[in-house]
Amino acid sequence: MKSDIILAGVGGQGILSIATALGEAALSNNLLIKQAETHGMSQRGGAVYSHMRISDQPIASDLIPGGSADLILSVEPMESLRYLPYLSETGYLVTNTTPFVNIPNYPAIEDVMAEIRKFPRYIAIDADAIAKEVGSTRASNMVMLGAASPFIDIEFSKIEEGIRTIFGRKGEDVVNMNLEALRRGRQFAEENR
Amino acid sequence: MQKHLFLGVEAIGQGAIDGGMSGVYAYPGTPSTEITEFIQENPIAEERNIHRKWSANEKTALETALGMSYAGKRAMSCMKHVGLNVAADIFVNAAMTGVNGGLIVTVADDPSMHSSQNEQDSRFYGKFAMIPVLEPSSQQEAYDMTRDGFALSELTKVPVMLRITTRLAHSRAGVTRNDVLPENELVMPTDPRQFILLPAIARRKYKGLLDSQSLFLKLSEESEYNRYVEGTDHSLGIVACGIAYNYLMEHFPDGTCPFSVVKVSQYPLPEKHIIRLNRECDEILVLEEGAPMVEEMLKGFFSNGTPIKGRLDGTLPRDGELNPDLVAKALGKEMFEGFDIPEVVANRPPALCVGCGHQDAYLAMNEALADYSKGRVFSDIGCYTLGALPPYETISSCVDMGASITMAKGAADAGLIPAVAMIGDSTFAHSGITGLLDAVNEKSSITIVISDNESISMTGGQDSSAYGRIESICIGVGVDPAHIHTIVPLKKNHEEMVRLFREEFAYEGVSVIIPRRECIQRASSRKRNKK
Repeated sequence: MKSDIILAGVGGQGILSIATALGEAALSNNLLIKQAETHGMSQRGGAVYSHMRISDQPIASDLIPGGSADLILSVEPMESLRYLPYLSETGYLVTNTTPFVNIPNYPAIEDVMAEIRKFPRYIAIDADAIAKEVGSTRASNMVMLGAASPFIDIEFSKIEEGIRTIFGRKGEDVVNMNLEALRRGRQFAEENR
Repeated sequence: MQKHLFLGVEAIGQGAIDGGMSGVYAYPGTPSTEITEFIQENPIAEERNIHRKWSANEKTALETALGMSYAGKRAMSCMKHVGLNVAADIFVNAAMTGVNGGLIVTVADDPSMHSSQNEQDSRFYGKFAMIPVLEPSSQQEAYDMTRDGFALSELTKVPVMLRITTRLAHSRAGVTRNDVLPENELVMPTDPRQFILLPAIARRKYKGLLDSQSLFLKLSEESEYNRYVEGTDHSLGIVACGIAYNYLMEHFPDGTCPFSVVKVSQYPLPEKHIIRLNRECDEILVLEEGAPMVEEMLKGFFSNGTPIKGRLDGTLPRDGELNPDLVAKALGKEMFEGFDIPEVVANRPPALCVGCGHQDAYLAMNEALADYSKGRVFSDIGCYTLGALPPYETISSCVDMGASITMAKGAADAGLIPAVAMIGDSTFAHSGITGLLDAVNEKSSITIVISDNESISMTGGQDSSAYGRIESICIGVGVDPAHIHTIVPLKKNHEEMVRLFREEFAYEGVSVIIPRRECIQRASSRKRNKK
């Protein structure tokens, strides 16, 4: 198997928590991983992304070649479009619909959504609303991971285990909330794919 | 053994600990910062009490590491590429003295300038100082090279440079650890004059360094990190340095490249492999992350040998980091180019955080400067450099660590009065103090704003070495205490800040204004950690 995933968002939105959960899931499946992150200046509210590569074969490059990503997973709608040059012809675009507006020239959200809807394979999900329903908007990244999970070639139970591992020290309530967020995200994607 | 999912920088930190290192000395700088942070949080480092506090700057860091090496122990100094400029004096001269305990100088370059003011290639420094340079192609190599690098340094009797670039620094992959080596005992250098670079001794040492070059070459040619991989198609031979090797192999998923490849991860360049490639192939393509250093070496001045392709002839871009797509183009491979970015997508540059004290300082400064012509604020390296962007657009320079104060002084010397320097607390400690002394000695008409957020914030909130000592340093250097003011940069103090700025801009002499409020990122992470 091979999953090349672009994670996208804005510095401070915590996209690396998604990478960590997926990384744990991949490791417990004895898969190989390479994952390039953005550190430094962009973390101050700039556009950030991560190249996450999971495979059962050795992975050469730390960066995903253009036009070949299986999935763009974005926690912010406009950011989901920034990395389109990486998406393969058969790739999926999975994005949160809640905009993160920290620039004066943020485009009209309808225009952003119109571009997203142009793709034959997209999931647009209001992760913040679902996260609030399960307990906290802080779980929205796990809603996003859930929404992307049908398109990642890793057993869902392994992703659940990954969440248990990374949130375990925060207590059972936090684990359960994030698991619920994950399941609700997956359910939405399966109903809307 | 269990695999660890390590960032390249973490692999280096772990490799150093497992290699028996007794001290890491560093100043934070992207993309090198997390090496030291990893060691600071590591239980073995704590158990062994490995030195792991931040240094005031890269020069003090490397000098201190050399001192530890003098005493026989293994040490590492880490910095970003421009940090090596600050440490260049000690770096070049440490190659002259040589080492006692193993010494690794880890330098993280930032091609494409993700978080830097230039993209200089540190391999030139390694060549300049004539020491072995290691350039890992993977996180595993980064670990192994660091762990074994101390022994290499002790064998060659010189410091060894470990050169990485942003992508390796900040990419994770599985790393298998080796066992943890013991630390060296305290042992004095066998030659008591080894570290005395008096001209008569230095001349002898230099001849020794020149004589060692053949050993360095032999080690490089025998290195497991350098290899010749024979191909079937001799129309092209490829030299792939460091991480560029991965971008090459990405295009051959079964692991076999049809062309002969020299994988280079240790310098000096392994001559015998390169000579063989030249003999067996019609053309040579050089893939290297950074400047076309190897390409220039192979091409020579007259370019009258085998055609050499790379960054100089346009096969690859002259600047910026490599990636799999650029390498595919250089190989003539057709790739699906991906979808275009829709026009609706706006740039999202980094910005000062909401609630950051630098913002309040800039707003007050702008108001107080409204009476003067524009272009008077010289700034420095840190979060506050973002004051160049709207809505502030306050600053006119950002060049190197500490240049705010000295450039303001030079402009004032030229007649631009008042001139203003805007510098952060840690940058002031790093390289601002000596410039302040110059200004005090000449009673320059400059106002120095030390925007003190009590942390090294741009790199993630490390401890600033001048914490709690800014005023006493300024007084000690000779600034008149009547012209040193501290204020809390908050909206409610705006009028007071504007008044202070106006008063001190009008004063004909050195004044220091210290807006002081803890970095909000650091404050919130401190609160989180308390919970």
